[in-house]
Amino acid sequence: MKKFAALIKTLDSTNKTNTKVQALADYFDTANDEDKLWTIAILSHRRPPRPVNTTLLREWATELAGIPLWLFEESYHIVGDLAETIALIIPDGKEPSEKSLSEFLDDMIHLKSKDDVEKKAYLHKNWRVLDYYERFVFNKLMTGGFRIGVSQKLMTRALSKSTSIDEDILAYKLMGNWSPKKTTFEALILKENPSDYISKPYPFYLAYAIEGEVKNLGAVTDWYAEHKWDGIRSQVIIRQDELFVWSRGEELVTDKYPEFQKLIGVVPNGTVIDGEILPFPDGKIGTFNDLQTRIGRKTVSKSLLAKKPVILKAYDILEWEGEDIRTKSFSERRKILGALYDRVKKDIAVMHLSETMTFDSWESMAKERERSREVHSEGLMLKRKDSPYLVGRKKGDWWKWKVDPLTIDAVLTYAMRGHGRRSNLFTDYTFALWDEKEFGEKELVTFAKAYSGLTDAEFREVDKFIKANTLERFGPVRSVTPELVFEIAFEGIALSKRHKSGVATRFPRILRWRKDKKIAEANSLDDLKQMIV
Amino acid sequence: MNPPLLVFNEKGIYCAQADVYLDPWKPVDKAIITHGHADHSRWGHQRYITHHTNVPIIKHRLGQINVTGKEWGDTFKVNGVTFSLHPAGHIIGSSQVRVEYQGEVWVFTGDYKTEDDSLAVPYEPIKCHTFITECTFGLPAFKWTPQQQVMANINEWWAENKSEGRCSILFGYSLGKAQRLLKHLDPSIGQIFTHGAIENITQVIRPMANMPSTTLVTKETKKEDFKGAIVLAPPSAHGSTWIRKMVPYVTASASGWMTFRGARRRRAIDKGFVLSDHCDWNGLLQSIEATGAEKVIATHGYTDIFSRYLGELGYDARTEKTQFEGEQAEIETAKETTATE
Repeated sequence: MKKFAALIKTLDSTNKTNTKVQALADYFDTANDEDKLWTIAILSHRRPPRPVNTTLLREWATELAGIPLWLFEESYHIVGDLAETIALIIPDGKEPSEKSLSEFLDDMIHLKSKDDVEKKAYLHKNWRVLDYYERFVFNKLMTGGFRIGVSQKLMTRALSKSTSIDEDILAYKLMGNWSPKKTTFEALILKENPSDYISKPYPFYLAYAIEGEVKNLGAVTDWYAEHKWDGIRSQVIIRQDELFVWSRGEELVTDKYPEFQKLIGVVPNGTVIDGEILPFPDGKIGTFNDLQTRIGRKTVSKSLLAKKPVILKAYDILEWEGEDIRTKSFSERRKILGALYDRVKKDIAVMHLSETMTFDSWESMAKERERSREVHSEGLMLKRKDSPYLVGRKKGDWWKWKVDPLTIDAVLTYAMRGHGRRSNLFTDYTFALWDEKEFGEKELVTFAKAYSGLTDAEFREVDKFIKANTLERFGPVRSVTPELVFEIAFEGIALSKRHKSGVATRFPRILRWRKDKKIAEANSLDDLKQMIV
Repeated sequence: MNPPLLVFNEKGIYCAQADVYLDPWKPVDKAIITHGHADHSRWGHQRYITHHTNVPIIKHRLGQINVTGKEWGDTFKVNGVTFSLHPAGHIIGSSQVRVEYQGEVWVFTGDYKTEDDSLAVPYEPIKCHTFITECTFGLPAFKWTPQQQVMANINEWWAENKSEGRCSILFGYSLGKAQRLLKHLDPSIGQIFTHGAIENITQVIRPMANMPSTTLVTKETKKEDFKGAIVLAPPSAHGSTWIRKMVPYVTASASGWMTFRGARRRRAIDKGFVLSDHCDWNGLLQSIEATGAEKVIATHGYTDIFSRYLGELGYDARTEKTQFEGEQAEIETAKETTATE
């Protein structure tokens, strides 16, 4: 643990990617295999289940610190990180622990089944002795996603540096459903036997938004265009008569979409399809809002299944007849996918093909893009006909060409402090629009939350305004004098019963601060509703 | 019942009996000034009264003003009200103000810290009935490490950067923090450079304090001179073109706000040293207890939270709105010599 805490401290003390990679690589060179494996697991978001719920953590930490719970909560809102808050309020211990990282994680795995008395004794014992950084890391292991400014990609790069194994191969090895308790560093990283894991997906190939003019991409005939569907990007794997569905966030979501079980026996074994899970109510593509109810549920009831069915819109095929075909050109892969689709479409209605389109001019492609909102897509995806399927977000062969977002001018009404690097700064805002009542009266009704789109300097300025213009406090939330107007951009819009305004917007964010506008000039809810297609 | 000895009005903290303001934020006739930071010593008053070591500092900042310097503990009477200044330990020349009338004593802290930084005269608790305190860091999350340890870490950091052939850039406020850092830097490691804003105010303070020598960064300073050196700069220099010449460099900030990992990461600074010229949580609580005050007024910082906690401890505690910039941590990068933390 001493070594791991020192690593975190080093990673924390630099803002430079190369220094971080070097520190991690040094750690991988010297740590024991068990600790290495756990480090990889943690930095790829595979921590063991939380042994103690956060309510108890808060209670026991405040008890040790000798402060009331409300004071802890207030501190937490300001610090913006639970593990950090607990580490800060507890009096300092002096002894770095001799226990290793993997021993601590073993403790935590066993702790889960213990009773509260034992759990509390364990926490108090460790909190008392660990120094600040160890305490912080200890809490991080126990509480959450372990976001510490080190991405999985950065960790993979360091691991590659230390093991001399290619980064893309490592990324592949690290995917899927593995646990440090069931494998070893040797087996997972060093050994060459990828067939061990029949569930293993391929790393997704992701695109950047197009920069500049689309015609700069060269001859339009080199490109396919498809609609960029707005659902859940997924990989569907059929191997050894089993089905696995992976979301882009590397989450195994097979059980959430039982519709796809029908693919087994129809789509041959040794097939991996890259596609989009889309809502399909009433036999046509719905809005992202239709999908919301399905995303949160682990198991799906029959009625929900009937009301909010989904389909798979297939984009690409990565494995065919048990062979990795990612290096074949996109047009060859699409030929294989097309042939497969033609063969199986009469048997399985849940699989659709995302149509690839060719155009004779960029102008005619642009016309198709204009249609996106009508067909419930976010715009177009441009894919070079001869492109291989790459790993991660890469420029060049694939580009996103989204439609311009919808925009509306709204009034800032509530604010909350941010987390992580935005701790102690009001950066999470709620926006409102005018609701016109009878007799010309109107009131502000909140319709969206947004917390991105301003520069750091603008955030500081708005933060200052909020602190000086707070009307009321509700825990971490403050209502503020309605005075500031922002242009809010969003991707889509749908009627919603869950929202006070009756409207749900998709991916709202701040486009710019309209310092030139007074609140009376902000838009109304009716203006917003008119945007619904 | 008599009106309160001190009230908070639109111009500042006011003693009606003496017609005197403490650290007013709008122009007044007579102002007692706790210290030289811009949110406490503003421009435009007819007469300034402050500790004599603060006189050159506020003259440097405000130009030709009518100012009287006082010695610690010297009492002066205005219409029956007795005033005196006592060390606050915040920065050089910083005072608390004691106000007494008909046996009732109030103390206003301005900004203060309990640790002796060996530059400012250390804070002394003053017995009083009502204590007006800042609480910039009034949360239990704030706990300072002794200065000796922090400065050892800073010197170690500098030496390590030097061994890697890099320049160390250390951000701290021009008035107060910069001199405190300078005082404890180890000049045997290498050369100490300063930004113009820091050099100016350091020159004003030099006659009153013994500090290592510094070199001003100018257009003529050669790129290779920065290798292995340390540069003291105000936070606003971060991200400016001014520091480009110092490549390769490593940045650090010395501030109480560096307690929060998020605060450091947001500013894209490599290293954060937790070093503050204000009290930490325990420092505040102990100071309040040492005054023996029954009534406490929290002015700037996490006032609501802090006074609620004091209430639970049995104090008669409340908050008052001022224009002191306790919660202004986030504006700091936009400031030069002015902010307090």
